[in-house]
Amino acid sequence: MALLELKNITRRFGDLEAVKDVTLSIDAGEFFTLLGPSGCGKTTILRMIAGFDAPDEGDILLDGRSLAGVPPEKRPLHTVFQSYALFPHMTVAGNVAFPLEMAGRSREEIRRRVDETLALVHLTDKASQFPHELSGGQKQRVALARGLVNKPHLLLLDEPLGALDAKLRVEMQVELIALQREVGITFVFVTHSQQEALALSHRIGVMRNGCIEQCDEPDKLYTNPANRFVADFIGRINLLEVEVAASGKVLLKLNAEGLGEIAATDPRPIRVGERGAFALRPELIRVFGHKESADLRNRFEGRVKELLYLGDVTLYKVELANGFIIEALMPNAASGRAKFHEVGDPVAVCWRQDAGVYLRN
Amino acid sequence: MKRSTFWLWVASLATYAFLYIPLAVVVLFSFNDSVLNAQWVGFTTRWYAKLMGDGEMLRAAGNSVLIALLSSTIATVLGAMAGLAMHRYHFRFLPLLVLTPVAMPEILLGVSLLLFFRQVLDLTLGFLSILVAHITFSIGFVAVIVRARLAGMDESIFEAARDLGATPWATFSRITLPLILPALVAGFLMSFTLSIDDFVITFFVAGVGVSTLPLQIYSMIKVAVTPEVNAVSTLLMALTLTLIFLASRFAPDVLKGKA
Ligand SMILES: Nc1ncnc2c1ncn2[C@@H]1O[C@H](COP(=O)(O)OP(=O)(O)OP(=O)(O)O)[C@@H](O)[C@H]1O
Ligand SMILES: [Mg+2]
Repeated sequence: MALLELKNITRRFGDLEAVKDVTLSIDAGEFFTLLGPSGCGKTTILRMIAGFDAPDEGDILLDGRSLAGVPPEKRPLHTVFQSYALFPHMTVAGNVAFPLEMAGRSREEIRRRVDETLALVHLTDKASQFPHELSGGQKQRVALARGLVNKPHLLLLDEPLGALDAKLRVEMQVELIALQREVGITFVFVTHSQQEALALSHRIGVMRNGCIEQCDEPDKLYTNPANRFVADFIGRINLLEVEVAASGKVLLKLNAEGLGEIAATDPRPIRVGERGAFALRPELIRVFGHKESADLRNRFEGRVKELLYLGDVTLYKVELANGFIIEALMPNAASGRAKFHEVGDPVAVCWRQDAGVYLRN
Repeated sequence: MKRSTFWLWVASLATYAFLYIPLAVVVLFSFNDSVLNAQWVGFTTRWYAKLMGDGEMLRAAGNSVLIALLSSTIATVLGAMAGLAMHRYHFRFLPLLVLTPVAMPEILLGVSLLLFFRQVLDLTLGFLSILVAHITFSIGFVAVIVRARLAGMDESIFEAARDLGATPWATFSRITLPLILPALVAGFLMSFTLSIDDFVITFFVAGVGVSTLPLQIYSMIKVAVTPEVNAVSTLLMALTLTLIFLASRFAPDVLKGKA
């Protein structure tokens, strides 16, 4: 059974609908991520789950029981705030002991649990320091330890890695995954970094303007985005405007203006003449010299307009016959040379017919 | 550049001289072995000794200290509540209500309190009216100091406390109170200072029976500025300076003008 359920949650601030009719179900033990651009309502949802704010409509259930009217201190969940929110007048150990003291644990148990949890986040030697004496990453881990120490059913994390530099961020991501697996607590994690969401989560809810656009596992989101917004928000993608020319049981023929026919696959019944977008990841496109492989299916000629050498890969921006600039990512490992093609070279791009996805408008 | 800093120095030295020379003169003449405040004769502490034998003066001093202690204690509690409320709720008129007595000319406050006590409450003027008046003008100061302290704090720590299982009361006693304690001490000392040397407002609401130190000094100089007045003024000054110094230690940000 689901641990946490949001049922048709709506929250308005004046005229603004910050959260619109959101329905979600999160299982015990899951690492669930809310991903979306700034201002889309992620924090608002967390605040309603934690009890600092209440939905105008809808209900939040934890373990099948409604949380309506339950004050924050009575909810068996903790929050790790983006700003850490450590108590400045307490030591690291004091901060971590706080939730245990509030829960009325014995002095002996508090000592033991604080020691254990500080060891878990590698902060044993900082126990008697004050928050202002710690680095950003250390504060971060204290906040995490404080949220974990009383073993809540659910831990809410609001962009907890936002303030860290790139290197520390990756280290903390690795630690977070390990930690979540180790303690087995359900995580609801908020971020606006798609890379972070993909790396950490079991499931991701992609949000825009207060709505959940798609909720799925990371690889499914990446390979099978539900709409243009999700496709564009997660990773790099080419979006071609197309019209459906023919639709079979599996095969789909799409017509891109000024370019010709694109062969794709789609099991859904789709009406001929419908307009939509064809979404294609750059790493699924191959770039050839324009004389090579002339007999392939989805093969279009163009000219290299720009290229970005990225070390392991090279990003080619190829201008096609209809003026569309398609991005293709080619690994450099195979060639032994830095690049296959130069700016201005006539080339051909091609992809397998099951590489892209057709997105309805 | 050089020129302008030179004149800046001259101007500030002149200002400080203007402010502090009269005070220095008072202190100096309180140790002068002469009844006249005209000429330095020799060092003595006999005016202080005389002060200690002056029953009326001692009673006034006792009143002053008692009123200062009570009023600043009560003002600290009420002012802290006002400061917390101003921080927490964004009622537009709350700060105005709390802070007006701070900005209002003392004479206006004195007159209106007098009218209020006499016409509205029909209270006999005396100890109680002075006490209430002092609480009234002190609350605003405490509130400002407490609010300044809270404004510098990360709001989410109070939510974090609730989130981690603390009831509203536990959040207050474990988080809020320890964090605003320096502001409370500073506010208390500030109120104490304001109370112990207030003259104008006390003058209006004191009535006839009860006197405070400033009132007593005033009634003495109506006759002449005696060395005894100098001595008691010196003591009052020393006390005030000590309190201000302590207050600045507890809430440095407030007295540096960040409030
Ligand atoms: N208390 C409030 N009063 C009025 N509007 C609010 C309030 N809280 C949030 N909002 C608005 O609701 C919308 C969603 O805010 P929210 O903080 O949930 O965004 P977010 O997704 O967490 O963004 P970010 O990634 O920048 O943190 C924003 O437009 C914000 O301005
Ligand atoms: Mg946010």
